[in-house]
Amino acid sequence: MKNIISGIMLFAVLTVITGIIYPLLVTGVSQVMFPEKAQGSLVRLEGAAIGSDLIAQKFSSPAYFWPRPSASDYQTVPSAASNLGPTSAGLKQIIEDRKRELAPYFSGPVPAELLLASGSGLDPELSPEDALSQVAHVAKARGLSQVDQDRLIALVKENTESPQFHIFGQARVKVLRLNLALDAMFGRSQGGGN
Amino acid sequence: MRYNSWIELSLFFLLLAGLTPLLGSGIAAILRGERVPLMDRAERVIYSLCRIDPGREMGWKEYAFSLLMFNGLGIIAVLVLQLLQHHLPLNPQGLPRVPVLLALNTAVSFATNTNWQAYSGESTLSYLVQMLGLTVQNFLSAATGIAVMAALSRGIARRKTHALGNFWVDVTRSTLYILLPLSLVLAIILSSQGVVQNFSHYLTVKTLEGFNQVLPLGPAASQIAIKQLGTNGGGFFGVNSAHPFENPTPLSNFLETLAILLIPSACAYAFGLLAGSRKHGVSLLAAMFAVFILCLGFALRSELKTDPALDNLPFLEGKETRLGIMPSALWAVATTSASNGSVNAMHSSLSPFAGGITMFNMMMGEVIFGGVGTGVYTMVLFAVLTVFIAGLMVGRTPEYLGKKIESREIVYAVIGVLLPGLFILVFASISSVIPAGLASLSNKGPHGLSEILYAFTSAGQNNGSAFAGLNANTAYYNILTAAAMLIGRYAVIIPVMALAGSLAGKKYTPPSTGTFPTHGVLFVILLIGVVIIIGALTFFPALSLGPILEHFLMRQGRRF
Repeated sequence: MKNIISGIMLFAVLTVITGIIYPLLVTGVSQVMFPEKAQGSLVRLEGAAIGSDLIAQKFSSPAYFWPRPSASDYQTVPSAASNLGPTSAGLKQIIEDRKRELAPYFSGPVPAELLLASGSGLDPELSPEDALSQVAHVAKARGLSQVDQDRLIALVKENTESPQFHIFGQARVKVLRLNLALDAMFGRSQGGGN
Repeated sequence: MRYNSWIELSLFFLLLAGLTPLLGSGIAAILRGERVPLMDRAERVIYSLCRIDPGREMGWKEYAFSLLMFNGLGIIAVLVLQLLQHHLPLNPQGLPRVPVLLALNTAVSFATNTNWQAYSGESTLSYLVQMLGLTVQNFLSAATGIAVMAALSRGIARRKTHALGNFWVDVTRSTLYILLPLSLVLAIILSSQGVVQNFSHYLTVKTLEGFNQVLPLGPAASQIAIKQLGTNGGGFFGVNSAHPFENPTPLSNFLETLAILLIPSACAYAFGLLAGSRKHGVSLLAAMFAVFILCLGFALRSELKTDPALDNLPFLEGKETRLGIMPSALWAVATTSASNGSVNAMHSSLSPFAGGITMFNMMMGEVIFGGVGTGVYTMVLFAVLTVFIAGLMVGRTPEYLGKKIESREIVYAVIGVLLPGLFILVFASISSVIPAGLASLSNKGPHGLSEILYAFTSAGQNNGSAFAGLNANTAYYNILTAAAMLIGRYAVIIPVMALAGSLAGKKYTPPSTGTFPTHGVLFVILLIGVVIIIGALTFFPALSLGPILEHFLMRQGRRF
């Protein structure tokens, strides 16, 4: 009996330590040291939060760069993946549909990253190669001159991050950042908002 | 593979191998009861508050009873918190009561260190439940594993006694001195990378194109640190560490992957020290590293190819661009070897061979590193079988670290090794023929069987990852996977505790010229053989109808 009471008491004490004190301590430290990150790495435009650096948002207009496709159509609560396997006829159909929709915007083959959905459905980034392959449709939709198109290519390269510390992961471009820089350079696109 | 990926991979193994003896020695010192400066007073206050006499040791039955009661309290607490969450504070989204079978499944899942998730955190659980229910169980279920390992090592090292240590002391010290400090450091580094940590209401923003987007928030970093370190694996968000708020950068991904294997690997080293043979601990580790590297090699080889059934595209479905293929494959192999179960890429969309490796890893019994503490104590069951088989070859009574292994010990080892596998196969077979089992599938053909097989393997081996095409949130799967998790956890812990009790009562038998050494190359090879043969013989027929068949059909370009 004494053992049972000890067990219940210890359960309560360890619950307070690991379930209240520990998360509060981490919250305190991270809110002081990295408040922006702890609050979701928000991106602001003219003062208002328009999204997060880390979470993909839907771009449908060809005047913007498109992120990886999302099995949940960029829904965040809850986020979801397709979970379709490597021999799935369903996935094959989805790929065909995406190809048909996107092919007119690309001179070469549609990049694999735009045919296959990310795991989170919220992947905010593209590989630099696949971002560069979208320069053509952005330039066309915005009616950019050849000179402006070269500036756009330079903009993608400017927004490319190398592997972290040159070791971890791979080179990538944050799509929302790139689109903001795009608007800053060539003016806000009127194509979206549907 | 890019050259920097080779550097990343080498760095991973260097750090893991380098940190193992350091942390392992620390864990051994803590479990021996050595005083920790500054914290010593706080520890004594806890004992006096809870009326625990830290000097009083327990026999195996009392130790096991205390453990079961403690885990039972965990199940009740998590269950009650979920059923009452709509009445409790820290629920800024006003999430409703969790349905009772889902709540029960989740409670069992977190108390057994499985962390199988039939729900998505951001749309189901309040911040309070995540913190006070799940984060707590992340710590305590991991500490439970370490405690069992400590008791087993004492059973081996001590002679002619019943005393295996005090469960309350082992759990308290494991939590305060091993899990909490490491989690604190990792949580803060993770939040520096962008993992969210706050108590704010979800934020609704108007995107650049004018759509509404809801950003889910919450105290994530504190929970993610321990879910990685404690081989728990239950994500704060539904898509686990594929979610950018849970795993935002390549660095966070590297550290989260390292955290999966760090404590399990150090535990194997600590076990050697505590059981009186550092060499034995190192040999167990050698077996783990060897099998791990082999599995990783096979998985990578398959993942870096293209898919002939899907226009020869690379295997990018379900993977994140910021992570890439190599780090995703490394994580998949680590999380299934180590009974962690978190994912950074969707396992259901892996190439069939790599998906098969993740299943095979779990089927070996979660002993290639395995869970925190659990990996080593389950590996010891295999080591006991190994010396037994070696003893049969030469016709001598087997010995293990100075203790004679007799029929009773072999019975305990066989129960612990075979029982979880038996239930996995029976549950999976039933589910693959009855409508309640088949209704949850989202993939057809051999991949469908893989979904079911994966679910019960993951639950029964307390891993918690999923081929998440399977809709697991049905009454049928909630009840059956909960049963598999309980059997998989306690059908190993109880025989291990009985083994510890039985070994503790024996006298020391000094090694003679005829003793089969429990260290060195020969032992490592035999041990790996026993692990693979038992895993393979038990599960090979099921694997060949699932991922192996799918691999060959994919090569022919077949789809389902």
